[in-house]
Amino acid sequence: MTLDFSVVTDAWQSLLFGTLGTLFLAFSGMIIAMVIGIAGVVILRMQMWLPSLLVTAFVEVVRNTPFLVQIFFVFFALPLAGIRLNPTMTAVIALGVNGGAYAIEIIRGGVESIPKGQTEAGLALGLHKHEVFRLIVLTPALRAIYPSLSSQFILLTLTTAICTSISAYELTSVGQRIEAETFRSFEVYFTLTGIYLVISLVTMWCLAAIGRWAFSYPQR
Amino acid sequence: MASMIEMQHIEKYYGAFHALKNINLTVAKGEKIVLCGPSGSGKSTLIRCINHLETIKSGEIVVAGHRLNDSQKAVDAVRREVGMVFQQFNLFPHKTVLENCILAPMRVRKLSRSEAEATARKYLERVRIGDQAEKYPAQLSGGQQQRVAIARALCMEPKAMLFDEPTSALDPEMVKEVLDTMVSLARDGMTMICVTHEMGFARQVADRVIFMADGQIVEENDPESFFSAPKHERTRAFLGEILAHH
Repeated sequence: MTLDFSVVTDAWQSLLFGTLGTLFLAFSGMIIAMVIGIAGVVILRMQMWLPSLLVTAFVEVVRNTPFLVQIFFVFFALPLAGIRLNPTMTAVIALGVNGGAYAIEIIRGGVESIPKGQTEAGLALGLHKHEVFRLIVLTPALRAIYPSLSSQFILLTLTTAICTSISAYELTSVGQRIEAETFRSFEVYFTLTGIYLVISLVTMWCLAAIGRWAFSYPQR
Repeated sequence: MASMIEMQHIEKYYGAFHALKNINLTVAKGEKIVLCGPSGSGKSTLIRCINHLETIKSGEIVVAGHRLNDSQKAVDAVRREVGMVFQQFNLFPHKTVLENCILAPMRVRKLSRSEAEATARKYLERVRIGDQAEKYPAQLSGGQQQRVAIARALCMEPKAMLFDEPTSALDPEMVKEVLDTMVSLARDGMTMICVTHEMGFARQVADRVIFMADGQIVEENDPESFFSAPKHERTRAFLGEILAHH
């Protein structure tokens, strides 16, 4: 077998845009996931049975079904509800919803790890419950779970490859197209593997740097 | 003398456990009360009822003229007037000393940042920790952290202060600096209720010492009579226990 990487190097522009597409899906998905995660924990903390039940049900359904099925469901269900979105937007929503369910679980764990005394000190000073959560509990809670959130983000980045199944614009779908045109499967997927690895390592490094900056206060 | 805190017929349960039994306590403006008793006797629970960190089953609590009930408005009014210092300091780790002190004055008292900072620096000086304002809690010793916690409470300009075992979590060499701060606060006329086993402090500043056991007030007296002539067997046993080591 002779290897011919020229098919890959010739397509560098497509691969670059595919990489940007992957990063776009990952970042947008993570932002939606964080919003859902924090909102879900806020709802759980209100301790009203119906909203709590709905959030818990949401978390369990998402965490116990395959992402591929979820993304198909969103892709075919939204049009029935009259919402027509392109595959990339659909992928962002599916990734965000999926990541959101995991984020709820992770953030909830972080919030529960904050000593009750912190909340009591805030209340005793006259702050309201929502202020105590936002100003006192949230930052230390996010710090406590930042490593878990980071790995979840890496996982979400790699999950974007599944969005190929609905033809969202990202790296794997670009790779598939090059392969279909050139039949150079090994070279194409070898290259994709390398690019994903670099994306993950660089993202991990960036997240660690962001964490050091955002949570720079000294810990006991 | 006008009363600052009035508690009448307070009953409190944790599930089936009867934590407070018919508590009646009136604290006059400027009065200093020391609450002591064995652990589980209800002394922390009692002071935590005053600022509604614990809810009661029945009875009446009036603080600085505000009658406590379950309405957020009443709770807010009381918490604005009452400061609290905790055993575990409970400083906010992600905020500097100064930020810890200005948070509530800005949010609750609606002070501007510059007003709040001026107040905070005044009270940080007062607890002799003004030069640490930009540090984070984790960079301070336990005694310093507790003094910041006292300053943080004072920044709300409270009419009364509650201390829940403020020196119990401290290394022995740091107890004195916190007690000195509390003594000076007492000298300035602050109304104080202190849950503590520091009997030296009780002798020095308390107007009344109250002994609790099993959710009840067993005995109360001025410190001199309380220590020299305790009336109840349980008080004598308790004093025997804690004074044996001093």
